[in-house]
Amino acid sequence: MNTPSSASAASLPPLVVSDRLAKKALRHFKERFIEMLLFGAASVSVLTTVGIIWVLVSESYHFFETVPLWSFLTDTMWTPLFADPHYGILPLLAGTLTTSLVALIVAIPLGTTIAIYLSEFARPAVREIVKPFLELLGGIPTIVYGYFALTVVIPMLQLLIPGLSGFNMLGAGIVMGIAIIPYVSSLAEDAMRAVPMNMREGSYAMGGTKLQTALRVVMPAALSGILSAYILGISRAVGETMIVAVAAGMQPNFTLNPLESAQTISAYIVQVALGDLPHGSIGYQSIFAAGLSLMLMTLSLNLVGHVLRRRYREAY
Amino acid sequence: MVSSTTMRMSDQREDQATPQALSNTAGFRSLRSHGVVARVETAPVKAAVEDFSFYYGDFKALKSISLPVHEKRVTALIGPSGCGKSTLLRAFNRMHDLYPGNRYEGAIRLHPDNTNLLSPGVDPIEVRMRIGMVFQKPNPFPKSIYENVAYGLRIRGEGNRSVLDDRVKEALQGAALWSEVEHRLHDPATALSGGQQQRLCIARCLATNPEVLLFDEPTSALDPIATASIEDLIHELRDKVTILIVTHNMQQAARVSDYTAYMYLGELMEFGETSQIFVNPTRKETEDYITGRFG
Ligand SMILES: Nc1ncnc2c1ncn2[C@@H]1O[C@H](COP(=O)(O)OP(=O)(O)OP(=O)(O)O)[C@@H](O)[C@H]1O
Ligand SMILES: [Mg+2]
Repeated sequence: MNTPSSASAASLPPLVVSDRLAKKALRHFKERFIEMLLFGAASVSVLTTVGIIWVLVSESYHFFETVPLWSFLTDTMWTPLFADPHYGILPLLAGTLTTSLVALIVAIPLGTTIAIYLSEFARPAVREIVKPFLELLGGIPTIVYGYFALTVVIPMLQLLIPGLSGFNMLGAGIVMGIAIIPYVSSLAEDAMRAVPMNMREGSYAMGGTKLQTALRVVMPAALSGILSAYILGISRAVGETMIVAVAAGMQPNFTLNPLESAQTISAYIVQVALGDLPHGSIGYQSIFAAGLSLMLMTLSLNLVGHVLRRRYREAY
Repeated sequence: MVSSTTMRMSDQREDQATPQALSNTAGFRSLRSHGVVARVETAPVKAAVEDFSFYYGDFKALKSISLPVHEKRVTALIGPSGCGKSTLLRAFNRMHDLYPGNRYEGAIRLHPDNTNLLSPGVDPIEVRMRIGMVFQKPNPFPKSIYENVAYGLRIRGEGNRSVLDDRVKEALQGAALWSEVEHRLHDPATALSGGQQQRLCIARCLATNPEVLLFDEPTSALDPIATASIEDLIHELRDKVTILIVTHNMQQAARVSDYTAYMYLGELMEFGETSQIFVNPTRKETEDYITGRFG
């Protein structure tokens, strides 16, 4: 064990003690210091994540001591504030999935179309005008979107669909879709613009039109980036809180019908967090179980995104 | 204008050749001993560049070029870097239309119909349907080998599976790639080697039976073996299609081409049969470039 290392130490050239050595030591110290600083900065995000997971898991653990995991996953009622409380996540999950699905039906086609237009068709001048507007759209606080849903979109939907309730998942989902368009379109556009020009030239040289080139060559070439954009959009939709809290209603409702009102996981969490349930009560702890479910959903989406990116990564 | 020089007899040329020029024409002479060059004189003109100038914005990159491109022959464009070879080549399929600020002046007439390819009334897509192009860097699409070759047919609306199968096979055979890929037609094209990718790009063009094939330094990204296979292929293709090739490699120009155009600073300095240009150039500049004293 010892022999090789002592042999290599012996073969090193003898150290010369000089000024240069002192400088070297100083430089070494500085490098180490900066490295530590950078490491510290990076650790903050890691530690925060670990802290959040720790809180979620430990609080959920207390919750699951009272409510069996099985009934949490299969009970179709979520009534933590009733005299006979039920803690079934399914209604909240249904609300989350339905609003997200409506949002994606809006955001994916529109976001993709915008990305194709901006990347492949728009003249630079047009792009310079449209992009800031999209960024603005992405910067509007979601609470504003929530009231936009409640006061503009839902009344319009009520004209089309008589008898529609004033709170519903359709209106909330549509507006949520509009809110996540910028995320989808800007990432997808970046992915398409990264496709090298010689790929497009290959298609044009074959007699391809702009549209054929965009749809049959550029999009497949940018597939991994476009899928990432979609995954980000889905994560946003699943985690989105204020729009659904304001416009989808606050009643847990085990339904996939977007015309009904319902509550999502995130909206439930705000409701309880803002309410006056005593800390440590089982009702209060339920938000950690709900939060953990939400986090597992977005985490698995990120994993799917990661796998897709690796799988479809293109070598140009 | 310069094409009068192409009518000289070949043996005269050799007598007048300088030793340097001769040493560079070994490839060419081996071809000629196979009787390839003998047919050069008879080829009709497939495309005629007429007093063609080209502008990138305000910069005049090509200055009134006139040049015949003979049918089912290989014409090489040579000249130092930046002289405008690619610019001229890319005018033939209106590639410059893709970027703003570019301007054509003059004409490139495609025979037999005498269409001016550069006329604003002519749809660039129509032009590109008739003229194929192979690029410097192989650029297969992110699709399977099969779909790469079928691409041109599909965008022309061909959906019949058996027609596609036949044409894809034919094109891959034409590009000397069939035997290497016939059992993995549905693998991604990016899994092929660089030389195979370049032959795939050639097959992609062949599938739609272009009248003219443009090559812009098709072997500059390839190793010598892959280069040799592409050169062999170009050699076979000249029976079927008119070829225009840009190359930096003098041996390559001598080996594969029937005609050579020497360009310098956006102008056509000399055009003639490859045998004449390489053995007995009329201009001193051409000779200097070919023999490597300049460029
Ligand atoms: N997009 C462009 N905009 C402006 N000038 C350009 C553009 N492309 C080429 N040029 C200029 O036009 C001239 C001819 O360029 P071109 O690419 O045709 O040369 P080339 O002979 O193909 O050179 P190389 O052998 O290096 O490929 C050069 O001076 C070049 O700088
Ligand atoms: Mg070039």
